[in-house]
Amino acid sequence: MNWQKQDYDDIPGTYVFDGQRAHPAYAINKLLYTFNDEACRAEFDADPAAYCDKMGVTGDFKKAVLAQDFLGLLRMGANIYFLAKMCIPRGVSVQDAGAAFQGISTEEFQQRLLDKGNGLSDILAKRGDYWNG
Amino acid sequence: MAKIIGGITSSHIPAVGNAISQGLTQEPYWKRFFDGYEPAKTWLQQAKPDVVIVVYNDHGLNFFLDKVPTFALGCADIYENADEGWGLKPTAPFTGDAQLSWHIAQSLVEQEFDICTCQEMKVDHGFVNPIRALYGDHEQWPVKAIPLAVNTVQHPVPSAARCLKLGRALGKALESYPEDTRVVILGTGGLSHQLQGERAGIIDVEFDLECMDKIATEPEWMTQFSNAEIIRRAGSEGIETIMWLVMRGALKDDAAVLHKHYHAPISNTGAGVLVLDNQ
Repeated sequence: MNWQKQDYDDIPGTYVFDGQRAHPAYAINKLLYTFNDEACRAEFDADPAAYCDKMGVTGDFKKAVLAQDFLGLLRMGANIYFLAKMCIPRGVSVQDAGAAFQGISTEEFQQRLLDKGNGLSDILAKRGDYWNG
Repeated sequence: MAKIIGGITSSHIPAVGNAISQGLTQEPYWKRFFDGYEPAKTWLQQAKPDVVIVVYNDHGLNFFLDKVPTFALGCADIYENADEGWGLKPTAPFTGDAQLSWHIAQSLVEQEFDICTCQEMKVDHGFVNPIRALYGDHEQWPVKAIPLAVNTVQHPVPSAARCLKLGRALGKALESYPEDTRVVILGTGGLSHQLQGERAGIIDVEFDLECMDKIATEPEWMTQFSNAEIIRRAGSEGIETIMWLVMRGALKDDAAVLHKHYHAPISNTGAGVLVLDNQ
């Protein structure tokens, strides 16, 4: 059986979280979900490999967790919101992760974001019906 | 009878919660974003809703992936915020209105929206941050709140058209509630953003503004788009924008547009505020 093709599959650089990703990555997402609990975060930090074993995270998933390979985890089906529970307490912000996904520095990533707002005030002034500071 | 006095939209970016907690709202990066909420805050102070219904998506606090309801309604007296693993400080708990919730649930099911009812429901930043941006922080919140969670996390996700229909059913549910309760509906999330993958960081200002304009006055326009098309334009997380349609569907077609505020970027996101008066 193959996974059904989806009309979002061809969007570049985008890993839409659907059954095809959620199904094989259930254990890793379950591990990441436990990071809502401070005690689980501490247990993981003390021995990441043992925590993977306990949560049934094996093979390439386990390797990627131990290497903190966030893009690899995402490609294999880790959900971005659950992945953030691993990144953020380790001092890796969502913007750091965004930069890592693109292979650029966080400063470059942030600058690219800021550039999206260039000329905003003029755009809103032209539309006329927006609050504009 | 219950009365829907209006609707407000707001993004629910996690960093907004930290900015409020750390007193940064008047810092240069944040000032324009937060200042644009002032007319919405003033309107809320005058409109004095008894209850806000917050349409949002859970990001892995209440719902794990073992069970993912497409639509879920809080039917409890109290809703607690909690550690999401992201370093956000939990807020005071929110008081619900269980009788109203159960009325809504019954009416929605009668209207063929088979919603999941939740007697325990932790509410995450998606629910909390719009309330904090609109009301400030409180130990005792000045308004009751009911969570209505939409799955925008694990596809298949409901369509824009389905969300608009849910809003219309929600409107009918509220109109048939016998108590004199004043309700405001908050549609949260969006606008364009993508957190994941090599395409992380996209923001589409033109699409965001078009969505805001059309959701305000002609929400059917959004229903032409498949979820794949919305993701292509607005990003994988920008799909959250469909939740604004739940708010919009509950209001009259000719609800008055009182305020439109857009800012980009804030964190990774294009952020929008609409205030619609339904009276």
